[in-house]
Amino acid sequence: MRSNRALYLLPLMTLAIVAGFLGWSLVSGRDPASIGSALVGRPAPRLAAPSLRPGEPALGEALLHSGKPVLVNFFASWCTPCLAEQPLLERLAKKDGVTLIGIAWKNKPEEARAWLQRLGDPFAAVGYDLDGKMAVDWGLSGVPETFLIDAQGVVRLHFRAPILEKDVEDRILPLLKAGS
Amino acid sequence: MNRTPSPNSKAERGPRLSAKAERGPRVERPLRRASGGEGRAHRGSDGRVRWCAPLLALLLSIAPALAVEPAEMLSDPALEARARTISRELRCVVCQNESVDDSPAEVARDIRRAVRERLVAGDTDRQVLDYMVARYGDYVLLNPPFKARTWALWLGAPLVLLLGAAGLWVASRRRAAALAPPPLSEAEQARLDALIKPRD
Repeated sequence: MRSNRALYLLPLMTLAIVAGFLGWSLVSGRDPASIGSALVGRPAPRLAAPSLRPGEPALGEALLHSGKPVLVNFFASWCTPCLAEQPLLERLAKKDGVTLIGIAWKNKPEEARAWLQRLGDPFAAVGYDLDGKMAVDWGLSGVPETFLIDAQGVVRLHFRAPILEKDVEDRILPLLKAGS
Repeated sequence: MNRTPSPNSKAERGPRLSAKAERGPRVERPLRRASGGEGRAHRGSDGRVRWCAPLLALLLSIAPALAVEPAEMLSDPALEARARTISRELRCVVCQNESVDDSPAEVARDIRRAVRERLVAGDTDRQVLDYMVARYGDYVLLNPPFKARTWALWLGAPLVLLLGAAGLWVASRRRAAALAPPPLSEAEQARLDALIKPRD
């Protein structure tokens, strides 16, 4: 009879395990919907895009292998979170001297141009990927997404969200300082 | 990725996920309406045809609309069939449990196109899947691969089932033992023997 009574604790224990898991999920910030970044640690995908600036040459591999780390940012003028991260990109380019490469994703060139004119253009080179062909090669799932490519052309960071000040301070700048 | 920023940033991230929200996903989905069958049915003198045709039309209209647009398809039917099979295994990265083949999202369309381009370039099915996994991780596979990180996922459910079955078996054995009558005492046995002893 005693062993039977212990069995009554089983549902309670199950509940405790489930509650523990859910609580841990809440606290740890675990996000099952997060795609993750398979590209980190691998060589950067191919960069090939027509320039958004009339008269400038198309963007190519050379930009990723200049011997300096670069930040590649995918954006679009129709994307509100891109608007939010724009001041940070400006700051990275102007204050921290980071080389930024922009790619307007699924965005008409004239619209992307007008957007950059209005908000300021932080990019050393900026191209566009109208049909999203190149973006699949970069594992893009939306905009904005930002990649930090080191001097050897290897992806070091991949943000599938607008970058925040704490990303810049805690992750981007330390890596850039360590690399250069 | 530990992000718990300001309350409104969640709303901001919503539209980031795909161009879908901004552009209306439904536009891509060709509306397939079965038509033409009904008119002919009424003219038919055969009674069976009369109700068969509308039924067929109804059934056809129930068939889900294809996310794959005719313009996307490859002219080579064998390659196209392989592309369809592969894109059914790929998970749309901005949807909830929807394959790239089923999803009208723009990113899903881009991935379908990339799959076809790789196939035309001569990739095997395995290579195409590997190409996508290299970019989107295992997340992009609807069938997660069996490896160290996923063994609990694959074996967990059968394990729990086995444990439950074992528990039930043990319990039923115990119950059977508990229900069996206790053995007779010596006095009882003697009485029983006396009762069943044949009288001479």
